Amino acid sequence: MNVVPISWFLILAAILFTIGTIGVLVRRNVIVIFLSIELMLNAVNLVFVSFARQLHSMDGQVVVFFVMTVAAAEAAVGLAIILSVFRNRETVNVDELNLLRW
Amino acid sequence: MNPVLFFILAVLLVASALSVILQPSPIRSALSLVVTLFLLAVTFLLLDAQLIAALQVIVYAGAIVVLFLFVIMLLNLQEEPRAMASFGTQCAAVLLGSLFLLALVRFAVAPLRPPASAATAGMAAAVPPGFGSVATLANLLFTQYLLAFEITSVLLLVAIIGAVVLAKRRLV
Amino acid sequence: MWIVIGIAAVKTLVVIAMVMGLAGTLGWIERKGSAYIQDRVGANRASVFGIAAAGLVNTIMADPLKFLTKEDVIPTGVDRLLHTLAPCVSLFPVLVAFAAIPFGDVLQVGGRDINLQAVSLNVGILFILAMLSLGVYGIVLGGWASNNRFSLLGGIRGSAQMISYEIGMGLSLVAMVMTFGTLDLQEMVRAQGHLIGGVVPAWGIIYQPVAFLVFLTAGIAESKRAPFDLPEAESELVAGYFTEYSGVKYLMYFMSDFIEIAVVAALVTTLFFGGWQVPYLLRDGFHFPWGTAVLLPQAVVAVLQILAFLLKVVFFCWVQVLIRWTLPRLRYDQLMAFGWKGLLPISLVNVLGTAVVVLLLQASA
Repeated sequence: MNVVPISWFLILAAILFTIGTIGVLVRRNVIVIFLSIELMLNAVNLVFVSFARQLHSMDGQVVVFFVMTVAAAEAAVGLAIILSVFRNRETVNVDELNLLRW
Repeated sequence: MNPVLFFILAVLLVASALSVILQPSPIRSALSLVVTLFLLAVTFLLLDAQLIAALQVIVYAGAIVVLFLFVIMLLNLQEEPRAMASFGTQCAAVLLGSLFLLALVRFAVAPLRPPASAATAGMAAAVPPGFGSVATLANLLFTQYLLAFEITSVLLLVAIIGAVVLAKRRLV
Repeated sequence: MWIVIGIAAVKTLVVIAMVMGLAGTLGWIERKGSAYIQDRVGANRASVFGIAAAGLVNTIMADPLKFLTKEDVIPTGVDRLLHTLAPCVSLFPVLVAFAAIPFGDVLQVGGRDINLQAVSLNVGILFILAMLSLGVYGIVLGGWASNNRFSLLGGIRGSAQMISYEIGMGLSLVAMVMTFGTLDLQEMVRAQGHLIGGVVPAWGIIYQPVAFLVFLTAGIAESKRAPFDLPEAESELVAGYFTEYSGVKYLMYFMSDFIEIAVVAALVTTLFFGGWQVPYLLRDGFHFPWGTAVLLPQAVVAVLQILAFLLKVVFFCWVQVLIRWTLPRLRYDQLMAFGWKGLLPISLVNVLGTAVVVLLLQASA
């Protein structure tokens, strides 16, 4: 068999997405949480590109284009927020950023 | 795409993704993410998505992660002693993650396994000429997805303004 | 199939040899050229059997040997993996960027047309942009992994400068893509072989002079050469982000600096000055516009084109050396203001103007 069926790509993307989710849940540094979110976004990109390849439709790649743009915008704003928070609280550990907790 | 190549890429991808979440130093996590993004760009190239692969390197690996590294350097974040949550939280996270993965594979991926003929037919067939090229993608972007394109440009403008305002040092 | 792999391997080796040769020659041009600009003699002491070859022995043989045999000092408290990785990460993108640059037309050998470009990419320009974007990592890692305030400051400044000028470069490349209608570098060079009005070769600079100036300026800023070299300025930050590097690692940073100069020169040549095109030279010989034709064997034509490419690249390397030793250094805020408030609007207006002209020409055609 010289062809990789799409289910293999989907399983790989699911594994990457799960690793990203575990990263968000386990790590305490806000920046590493952001990196795990980027990992999840990339897993979704892989799913879109695989389906685009299977269905021979470029719409999947257009969606990936927009996902990348939105990820860039989100990273910029998120990092600006982190900088702002760091200036006030001197920490980027989510355990200590708990003012909104009841 | 060759199954052997796929396995090599898959193993490397999972290894670098694990490195992103397991490294105690934030800089090393960011660099592992760069490796992951690069490997994904190679995967996209092998899936006939040339423009997306190039954009992945230019935008994601070349700009977004540089921004992350910049912030890490500005804040001078070293390794910290409490990088991970408590052991109980880690166990719960891994358990939930595995359950999630199993659910995804069982319900979302299983219907698409071979020998469902659609699973391999599309991947085996050659792509139409110009698939994944800049011209085809640009054509779609400027005709069918024009509204989304324009809204994205406004979104980027809002993001720029927001980032500048939030990160500005107050002159009080 | 083995023939195809063999041809690809030979082309790769040729490109690597060319790049290394260019880097060495550039080192010599820099030392001797700067010496003559500053009215002094330059390095000429090292000699083999009394032959000093006007400083070539010194720069190409003695200096690399010196760097290779020096002690590799790793400061305390650094992340050893990152400290060792940074120079390699700095060298990789600039070497790989040469893979997409065509150094000749075709070589017809044994009934086979060998395209004289290490890798034929149909998204060549995007590949170049990607490799330039990856160049930032060498600086970032070098600055961070040195456990030194000056290095960190140099690294932050250097990476901010590089990402700011990437935008100007990218937009001038967009203007070139619109002019030639293709992203493939070999096709762009071939398109520059046409003659405007039957007489003038259609080189890129005739179509896009503004883009040329923006690209050259942004390219010099990307390689952090004077007048944009505050991140590594000797009088300000010791040596900026490569303060803590010695021996082989310093050689790798130095070489990546020179190879980046060669990459910028090669890109300027390819995009704006016809690449390997010699005016009026077609695949079978010279065809002058006034009628005379000098037929030449294809191998001679290929050699002439490769020589033309190398000459043009060396010329632009010399231009960059000249600019370095003539202009004073820009202060950091002036540098950033120039990139964002100067080059970016100019290249945007250029793209707009090019788009209008292209549309008008298409409408009238």
